[in-house]
Amino acid sequence: MGSLRKLFVLLLVVAGCGGDGAITTTTDDTSTTTTAAAPSITTATTAATTTTESDTGFPVTIETGGAVVTIGSRPERVVSLSPTATEMLFAIGAGEQVVAVDSFSYYPPEAPVTDLSGFEPNVEAVVGFEPDLVVLSSDPGDVVAGLEAAGVPALVFPAAVTLDDTYTQIEQLGAATGRIGDAAALVGQMRADIDELAASVPERDEPLTYYHELDDTLFSVTSRTFIGEIYALAGLQSIADAADPDGEAGGYPQLSAELLVSADPDLIFLADTKCCGQNADTLAQRPGFDQLTAVAEGRVIELDDDIASRWGPRIVEFFRKIVEATAAIEVPAG
Amino acid sequence: MKAVTKTAVGAPPEAGPSEHARPDEAGVPSATRLGGRWLLAGAAAVAVVALVGVSSGPIGVAPGRVVLELVGRLPFGDYDSGLSASEIAIVWDLRAPRVVLGLLVGALLAGSGAAYQGVFRNPLADPYLLGIAAGAGLGATLAIVTGLGDGVGVVDPVPLAAFVGALVAVAAAGTLSVRRGRAGSPATLILAGVAVAAFLTAMQTYLQQRHQESLRQVYAWVLGRLSTSGWDEVLLLVPYAIVSTAVLLAAVGALDVLSVGDDEATSLGLRPRRVRLVVLIAASLGAAAAVAVSGLIGFVGLIIPHGVRMVAGVTHRRVVPLSMLFGGAFLALTDVAARTIQAPAELPIGVITAFIGAPFFLLILRRQAIS
Repeated sequence: MGSLRKLFVLLLVVAGCGGDGAITTTTDDTSTTTTAAAPSITTATTAATTTTESDTGFPVTIETGGAVVTIGSRPERVVSLSPTATEMLFAIGAGEQVVAVDSFSYYPPEAPVTDLSGFEPNVEAVVGFEPDLVVLSSDPGDVVAGLEAAGVPALVFPAAVTLDDTYTQIEQLGAATGRIGDAAALVGQMRADIDELAASVPERDEPLTYYHELDDTLFSVTSRTFIGEIYALAGLQSIADAADPDGEAGGYPQLSAELLVSADPDLIFLADTKCCGQNADTLAQRPGFDQLTAVAEGRVIELDDDIASRWGPRIVEFFRKIVEATAAIEVPAG
Repeated sequence: MKAVTKTAVGAPPEAGPSEHARPDEAGVPSATRLGGRWLLAGAAAVAVVALVGVSSGPIGVAPGRVVLELVGRLPFGDYDSGLSASEIAIVWDLRAPRVVLGLLVGALLAGSGAAYQGVFRNPLADPYLLGIAAGAGLGATLAIVTGLGDGVGVVDPVPLAAFVGALVAVAAAGTLSVRRGRAGSPATLILAGVAVAAFLTAMQTYLQQRHQESLRQVYAWVLGRLSTSGWDEVLLLVPYAIVSTAVLLAAVGALDVLSVGDDEATSLGLRPRRVRLVVLIAASLGAAAAVAVSGLIGFVGLIIPHGVRMVAGVTHRRVVPLSMLFGGAFLALTDVAARTIQAPAELPIGVITAFIGAPFFLLILRRQAIS
């Protein structure tokens, strides 16, 4: 069936969207100088409230997603079609400049959610908000070109491949919205938090293993992915590495249940609690899963799908859950 | 679905092709009975594939011990297979139900495909012809996007919704093709099925667009769910499998009579419309149940019956039971490929059925054409 094949290709695209993003993000000059700014502000959220009025420096030139975009003056009507970018914008205090966000940008709660689609954006609908800057995570159907034709600058921030991509995107958003200082403070805080958490993880001779579940058909992540990198910071190793050793599945292989049962990971993280209604109980009820040590020992961690799939500021929260779960497992003596 | 469209286009001129016009096997003198040899071969294929199925997988477990473990499950057997607890879970909870499901789903799809082809006297008819795929797809999508499938313990509502959707689609096609109390011609029924399928697919696409967050789950269902099934799904399927199989096997004689034409069949004391209705209901029930637990696995219902016709004869008495046996063996074997080719990663079975099946079918086709 031809349509089935098409669906399969589509699925691969959906599954692999985080993997093949060879993004050439280089930060604009104006913002690189600020990356070393002292992380003096206490938390990321307070950083959002302290608005340091109008960094100068416009026009700025931002290079992201393979395009170079120049923004003439500080944008006051930003439309975000990327839930991650929305979280970043609000975390750097640019929330008041945001006039509309896509239907999935429901965090933070004060974000002005509309029924704009981030998957298949309609240029007309976006232009209707009279934006002076549009932020997206991908460019399906040449939306950027359409916006350009309408005279609206658009920035594409694709899924991060490394933590540094996240930091770069936050800094670039800071530069684009005139919030360079706030962005630098947020990045500094995130780096400090993550370093501190990583340092608190006890050392082990044998690394602990984990299974990170993307959906209930056992799609998972390898250590090569963005998510895998976060786990690696806590010294954890993905059991999915065996299923995609050469990265052909883009780091997102579908595991065989047999592998899962025989690999018997120390920790199981469910990132499909919202999408697929999974929890520790439904997991334990699956055929053969009662054999799993993590199930027997209660080491199944239910994550918020959004926090575990976006590459924004809340990645620190995600990492904290991982570290807490890891630290709860006793280090074998000797 | 593609096959449906093709059928609609090809239906009128191809109705009553020559291979169906032969009432008995005058052309195959050596085997006048039911084809015992072929039945034996089919049963052997099922047995071999079942063995291969339980003993192969990404995790190596000694085949001898696997057999010992399974025999030990029988009432009289009490052997210590020497397998570890997790190996037992792999063999008994993960592999065995997959093999059984593969056999059942393959048998139902191929058997109902053979029946559809007989009822419509159309070689391009397949189990999804009357909107089953579209209906099941819509049902499953509805269950997924409305969150019906979330956090339910005992019974997974997605296959149930798919099953209901499939039956609603067939019933709609059937009802719409009735005019002034008289059932329409097979061509009318097919066209009604195509229209219903298009309508339901449009609804499903719309739902999908509105709920992009569930896209992945919907695709996962469409591409086949054997990989995560267990005994629960087997239990769900068995009752329908029994009913559907029993009715279809009982109707093969009537189908053979029907293949000479409605008038002749009537003069032989058969009621063509009633036979068609009963066979269609039984075949649709089986296909709908299969789709509900397995997702949309194409190709099996079309190719297996034709393969059987090419090598073993064209009467329904042979084609239907042999299609069930070989269809089951084929799908269970395909599933072995699905979990071993990229082990320990999985491949979607819906992709492999066509990938393995198409060349195999072309091989038979060419050999047939040459001889």
